[in-house]
Amino acid sequence: MKNVWTIARREYDHYFNSSAAYVIAFMILLVEGIIFTVVLQNYIANAFQSFGSAPDVSPITGNFVFLMVFSIPALTMRLVSDETRTGTMELLLTAPVRDWELIVGKWLGGYLFILTVLGITLVYPIILNGLITPGLDQRQMISAYLGVVLVAAAFLGLGVGISAVFTNQMAAFFFTMGTFIFLWWLIGFPADFAPVGGDVFRYLDMKSHFYDSLNIGVINLSDIIYYLSLTALGLFIGTTAVEMRRWR
Amino acid sequence: MIRVTGLTKDYGARRAIDRLNFEAQQGEIVGFLGPNGAGKTTTMRILTGYMPPTDGEAIVAGYDVVAESIEVRRRVGYMPETVPLYDDMTAFDFLKFMADLRHLPKAEDRVDEVLDMVGLADRAEGYIGNLSKGMRQRMGLAQALLHRPEVLILDEPTIGLDPGQVVEVRKLIRDIGKERTVLFSTHILTEAQHTCDRVLIINKGRIVVEDTPEKLQSRLLGAERVFLRVRGEMDDLPKLIGKIKGIQSVEMKDDSALEFQFAPGHDIRPEVAKTVVNAGYELLEMRPLGMSLEEIFLELTTNETHRRGAK
Repeated sequence: MKNVWTIARREYDHYFNSSAAYVIAFMILLVEGIIFTVVLQNYIANAFQSFGSAPDVSPITGNFVFLMVFSIPALTMRLVSDETRTGTMELLLTAPVRDWELIVGKWLGGYLFILTVLGITLVYPIILNGLITPGLDQRQMISAYLGVVLVAAAFLGLGVGISAVFTNQMAAFFFTMGTFIFLWWLIGFPADFAPVGGDVFRYLDMKSHFYDSLNIGVINLSDIIYYLSLTALGLFIGTTAVEMRRWR
Repeated sequence: MIRVTGLTKDYGARRAIDRLNFEAQQGEIVGFLGPNGAGKTTTMRILTGYMPPTDGEAIVAGYDVVAESIEVRRRVGYMPETVPLYDDMTAFDFLKFMADLRHLPKAEDRVDEVLDMVGLADRAEGYIGNLSKGMRQRMGLAQALLHRPEVLILDEPTIGLDPGQVVEVRKLIRDIGKERTVLFSTHILTEAQHTCDRVLIINKGRIVVEDTPEKLQSRLLGAERVFLRVRGEMDDLPKLIGKIKGIQSVEMKDDSALEFQFAPGHDIRPEVAKTVVNAGYELLEMRPLGMSLEEIFLELTTNETHRRGAK
């Protein structure tokens, strides 16, 4: 386990040494800021006319998840593929590090980075909490943030797994984004039309586990299990890819 | 300790190494020689647990490289040929990272020690991306030495170093080789001669020869060759030199240069020099010709075909 932490810390530090990671963090926070402003303006406008509900954090968390579909591929694309390209993989694979420790370490490094960015967005609920009476719906906020934390874990897991399969960063980037778009928007689409197996498509749909439950304050064990399973799947693909590379 | 039996590795249909057998004891420095693509790097990658062999067995530091890969990797220091390093890290941070992966106690102290050992202490806070080729090479060596490995495997450790550094690195390897097992690859014969207790020559995935450098040299050479140049044309000089006792052959190179051979141990160079001067020629150059690795290979491979043909 110590190795996982050693590798994760290196990756985490690496993000703070790279301009790309700053740009990604900046873009996410910029969009979040704009959305927060709109939420606030609506609230103020509605408050005078005394209709509409009290604002909550769901637009903030909901959009954070949306932004992750496009930004996480950029964060994960080089995680493993770059080690293969530069040859540093040879150092890691001849050090006493197990293949899964390497992959989980990479995942954890990226995960901690996105959680740091997510942590910064906590200023919005804090501001909202001070503005509205009787304060923010705590349950919804915790549920929504838990949702983002889970979705981020799943996206990063898949991203790391795909990055381990490809040696080319751009290939990893586009394949990861394609996978996210497929799982987020496309796979749930046949649910209402398919003659059989509609429930399967509905279950596989990544966004419904978030928008229909966690983001509106409903915590279901099945949603948690769904995202953790996707994370595990990604990490398994990554570990297998590293193992396969050894045998080639 | 390294023990390799019947080690084979196939890349698809291509056989990179073919049933290798060799051993290296503790306190022994073994040079691994061969042309590019002979299978040196493949063998080393198997021994360091980077990839498993297709067939055969390799025991390193008492553990099997496939079944007990992690144990092997704990005890082996490896410097890959391309010396991959993280350019965005400082020298100190990189070595600290590698030390942490190996769970070294007092990692910081050990990193300072190793940086000092390879002469990079003054670059500890500099980024690796800014290091020169020779410095990178020494960083690769530092990384392999961190955990005081029982077995040290170095893939072309002196390539890209300047002559002074080559001498230093050779000395370092010799010091380490007193107590530990060192296997290093090179394609420079003199390097093997200076450093190794034993030499393995590998060609097309097979071990062609295994011997001490001295024995190898005399066994292959059988004669010493000398190059000689005079001012102007030579006319009858080859004939005169040919008459000297102990000479084996004389071969004209051009109008003013020739090569002659004599049996090792019977140095006739003074006589040759006297003959040249007495005959009224001006001696410009006389130097011994070492045998290059290419020639040794040629020698070894042709011998092998002769042997096969004789059967």
